[in-house]
Amino acid sequence: MNSMTTSTAYTPDTEAALQTYKTRMASIGPEEMIINIGPQHPSTHGVLRLEVISDGEIVKEVVPHMGYLHRCFEKHAESMNYGKTIPFTDRMDYLASMNNSHAFVMGVERMLGIANEIPKRIEYIRVLVCELNRIASHLIAIGTYGIDIGAFTPFMWCFRDREHIMNLLEWASGSRMLYNYIWVGGLFYDLPVGFEDRCGEFIRYFKPKLVELDELLTNNQIFISRTANVGALPLAVAIDYGCSGPMLRASGLKWDLRRVDEYSAYPELEFDIPIGKGAMGTVGDCWDRYKVRVDEVKESVKIIEQCLDRLQKELKRRPDFDPRAMVPKKVSPKVQDYYVRAENPKGELGFYFITDGRLDIPKRVKARGPSFNNLSVLPELSRNILIADLIAILGSIDIVLGEVDR
Amino acid sequence: MEIADIKQLLEEKIGVGCILDEELQGLQPTLVIHRDFIVPVCTTLKQNEKTWFDFLSCLSGVDYGVNNGFGVVYHLASIPYKTQLTLKVRLDDTRNTTGELPWVYSVSNVWRTADWHEREAYDLVGIFFRNHPDLRRILLPDDWQGYPLRKDYQDAETYHGIPIK
Repeated sequence: MNSMTTSTAYTPDTEAALQTYKTRMASIGPEEMIINIGPQHPSTHGVLRLEVISDGEIVKEVVPHMGYLHRCFEKHAESMNYGKTIPFTDRMDYLASMNNSHAFVMGVERMLGIANEIPKRIEYIRVLVCELNRIASHLIAIGTYGIDIGAFTPFMWCFRDREHIMNLLEWASGSRMLYNYIWVGGLFYDLPVGFEDRCGEFIRYFKPKLVELDELLTNNQIFISRTANVGALPLAVAIDYGCSGPMLRASGLKWDLRRVDEYSAYPELEFDIPIGKGAMGTVGDCWDRYKVRVDEVKESVKIIEQCLDRLQKELKRRPDFDPRAMVPKKVSPKVQDYYVRAENPKGELGFYFITDGRLDIPKRVKARGPSFNNLSVLPELSRNILIADLIAILGSIDIVLGEVDR
Repeated sequence: MEIADIKQLLEEKIGVGCILDEELQGLQPTLVIHRDFIVPVCTTLKQNEKTWFDFLSCLSGVDYGVNNGFGVVYHLASIPYKTQLTLKVRLDDTRNTTGELPWVYSVSNVWRTADWHEREAYDLVGIFFRNHPDLRRILLPDDWQGYPLRKDYQDAETYHGIPIK
């Protein structure tokens, strides 16, 4: 310990890194050029700015700049109670709001110690809406990925099918994208009467559409040529950069928190974890990442079918069932800190809570967004590639800037 | 591996002084690590075949309040063993004394994902990570004043001469 006393004399220099960056940008070679892609560009999927140092068509270095959509989620969460924060979690990954609030609510319930007392019907409804939302999120990822590469039709088809899910969820929660449906200890409302039937109808409609999608895009030779062997992400690098979700699974690892942590109703449901196999090129290339999402949609369909089956049989709607019966009047967990993680469509979504035990307001909430970590691997993947491939790689990461910036 | 075994392993490999405290009453057991040993502790936990914490889930900078100091919390996960571990580093409050930023050694050479997490903790909480390769602000503009997630943060009246209140 005595040898460490010298370190206390250290003075942090906060300007040094910025100066290094500015010097780097000012001292590019005569053959190099700086190109800004974004923040207002459709292929950046939101407001992301990529500062590209390029040599002709070749990308030498990428410096991502974000924060354009920073809405102070963590600061807001420190100033209001848990229930009021749920709508804010919806606005993080706004394409998968249900999954966000599910993770947040699960963390609060575990801190309160009521996680094991939630009625089965509520757990199944939560899984049902989360999986519907997962399909919706993946449909956007698939559709917009097509449009990044230059295929317009899949985009229209995916949005057409996603619209049915939006309508279903709007019927349940009253809102199209930002639901505030899953509450601490319960739900906003029970499912509307007839929801199960209409959801089953949607699944019957949707299954053949997935076959069409495969014919249109997955096995399309032009699409394969643009994505196979592009941006291959080795597994070790993926883990090192904290990649999760389809990004990590495409590199060949069966790692799905729905199975690892066995939360909510997932242990009782049958589904597989698709992984990248390098069927068209290298393991972990852009095509693999795309394919994992397509396969996950099929697995989500399976989960939804099982949920619907149970919700119509042993967990049937009862007149005396109140989804708000368990909702606490005041949510004030005892002094502790807790990190909850859950599998979002994009990967591991985590919330880190610190509570002081007196108030119903957390002392600190840190959100760990999967998009944020998945995006951090982009500079590593984008060395000495073509600019067109940079767009292909960025699209295959499937980021939502609402979650990167929070 | 249980928390007691991990503790024993670290004390054997690095030294008795590396663990200052442990918090076992909560849902997730936590080890409080001495600031100067965080890099060897993380390297050992990542590379030792009995622990293999190869995945850094989350890194949070925390302001515990004026006079209570700062902290950095590391959430580790092991993919082969499916285990989780929380590490904490406590930092002195320098707000009312030297006014300099509290600092800790960067673990971005252990897990590359720590790079952006540490930039965020620096940006929002004002914790400096020594030996970090590129410690610029990440979510806020480069010319932002102050660290918004600190408990004593006051909003600015203007930004570039524009009134914002």
